[in-house]
Amino acid sequence: MVQPLLELRGVNKSFGVVHVLHDVDFAVYPGQVTALVGDNGAGKSTLVKIIAGIYGRDSGDYYFDGQKVEVHGPRDVAALGVEIVYQDLALCDNLDIVQNMFLGREETSRLGLDEVSMETRARETLASLSVRTVKSVRQSVASLSGGQRQTVAIAKAVLWNSKVVLLDEPTAALGVAQTRQVLDLVRRLADHGLGVVLISHNMGDVFEVADRITALYLGQVAADVPAKDVTHSQVVELITAGRSGDLGIAEDSANAAV
Amino acid sequence: MTDVTTSTPSAGFDNDNRQAATLGDAFRDYLNRLRGGDMGSLPAIFGLVVLFVVFTSLHDRFLTTYNMANLVIQAGSIIVLAMGIVFVLLLGEIDLSAGVAGGASATVTTLMLIDHDWMWWLATLLGMAVGAVIGLAIGSLVSVLGIPSFVVTLAFFLGLQAVPLKLIGAGGSLRFNDPVLRGLSINNVPVTAGWIVAVLIVLGFAALSLYRFRSLSAKGLVHPPMALVLLRIAVLAVVVLGITALLNSNRAPNPNLFNISGIPWVLPVVIALLLFWTFVLTKTRFGRHLYAVGGNAEAARRAGINVTRVRISAFVICSAMAAVAGLLSASYTGKVSPGAGGGNDLLYAVGAAVIGGTSLFGGRGRAMDAVVGGLVIATIPNGLGLLNQASYINFIVTGGVLLLAASVDAISRRRRSSAGV
Repeated sequence: MVQPLLELRGVNKSFGVVHVLHDVDFAVYPGQVTALVGDNGAGKSTLVKIIAGIYGRDSGDYYFDGQKVEVHGPRDVAALGVEIVYQDLALCDNLDIVQNMFLGREETSRLGLDEVSMETRARETLASLSVRTVKSVRQSVASLSGGQRQTVAIAKAVLWNSKVVLLDEPTAALGVAQTRQVLDLVRRLADHGLGVVLISHNMGDVFEVADRITALYLGQVAADVPAKDVTHSQVVELITAGRSGDLGIAEDSANAAV
Repeated sequence: MTDVTTSTPSAGFDNDNRQAATLGDAFRDYLNRLRGGDMGSLPAIFGLVVLFVVFTSLHDRFLTTYNMANLVIQAGSIIVLAMGIVFVLLLGEIDLSAGVAGGASATVTTLMLIDHDWMWWLATLLGMAVGAVIGLAIGSLVSVLGIPSFVVTLAFFLGLQAVPLKLIGAGGSLRFNDPVLRGLSINNVPVTAGWIVAVLIVLGFAALSLYRFRSLSAKGLVHPPMALVLLRIAVLAVVVLGITALLNSNRAPNPNLFNISGIPWVLPVVIALLLFWTFVLTKTRFGRHLYAVGGNAEAARRAGINVTRVRISAFVICSAMAAVAGLLSASYTGKVSPGAGGGNDLLYAVGAAVIGGTSLFGGRGRAMDAVVGGLVIATIPNGLGLLNQASYINFIVTGGVLLLAASVDAISRRRRSSAGV
């Protein structure tokens, strides 16, 4: 097995008396799509926010490229090359695609903003991802569809040479064709060698693009398995009951957790 | 593995639309944007035409070069105040105190000129510094404490009126007769110098536009068609040279006895501020961040932009510009009275910015909007003044225009969000 790009070991997190994550191990491998699945309240968002550096950890270690790293905030995480594409996308409607992709990291020359170099790089990135749906890179983001906005947000992560991209429910609000485009894009990201984390409720999406599946159940990792080794219904059982046949949390420990 | 961005240099992508091929296409694009609610300065230009037609038909002295020069001088302080307001409006905030902040700063400057014999530029800088400090206080209260800007600036609007009242004393007023500052309104640029600067501006704009066109098209980036670039240069040349010709002609009511000609000094001041702030808004990171914060503050924050600092800077710029506007207003009237900057000034300026195309909802606006809108707003009191209308009419018309502009803004915003332009 290759070395994980990003790995969390033995992470615990409590909010007051509520113990949200129990000894969670989570790994993201280069060139693979890791799906993070789990029911509402299983701890997915908490785990993502810990990876993003928004929440601290009570215990547990954060490894990047095999090295143990100290993470104290979102900036540290961004500096490592981990980009999170949030569900609400965080784009500025009044700016165009290029401006959004370079937001906060604008390039300047002696004469002020270097629009030529920014547009060229944005264009190259979109081309390298084989983006077909965007009409012009100088379109304002307000005029884009949900799928196109998702594309821009993902392309932004690629533009900044991110090594790990976390996508929070990227297809939740999309139609069939747009979901198709975004999933293709997710696959292409992994093919470029990035570590991709796909957080999703949609088993169809998960099985279509994921290489590994990590299922969370009540704050514990129920299973971390290659996608081809499990079936659709097994994953659903892991999400809803925490176990499925040989997989999952042993009966007594599952009860203890409840 | 992360050489994604360099793997396909200079590649395009499917459906990529790099330019509107012809002037016709560009015009159709423009119509589509209009239909989508992106009106820009069009309502202002339309309003200006309507006002000119109405006033010209009602009064034969409205469309004289003498009155046009007057209009330019009267518009000066409104335009400068509006230009400051644009920065605050870009963030979706409001500054109700800008007018009186200008009055307070102008009072300080004038006292320095009269009582301490300061050089005009030093006194001006001090006035702007006073404005900047006021802006810093407002900005901090708004973005650090999180008080709505409406409330903070309303409090400052009331509080700052005390400054001139205390410094000047009730019923008094200060003479404003510094030769340079007063001269901004009553003296003119020498005719030859005016022509030289006008021609330089046109040539500079032409050179910049063509250079931009060349560097964009050479790299295969999105660029407008050549015909549109040339058309823009032609329009600018006609406007700039036309205004110069108008103001450089002898406009004295009795041309045989007096010779009054040349561009009033206010105009170069306005143009210099316009060029400077346009550069800041469109070509600097700070300007880009202003738009970003106005469009989606949360996205800006996640992109690593210091939202608090951007907000405070906008209020500082607004109040410092208000100080300049206060001086221009004093320069026009020749005095500073305790009520300076109260009254209509602020609503005129907000109206000017909004009519010019700056949105009250944030994220949209240009320094140019203040110029176009300021001309519209200044035309109203100018024309009504010629018609000897009672001043209550002036209030009604100006209030109506402000409301109309805000309605256009709200409607076009609705259309934008439904058309997604």
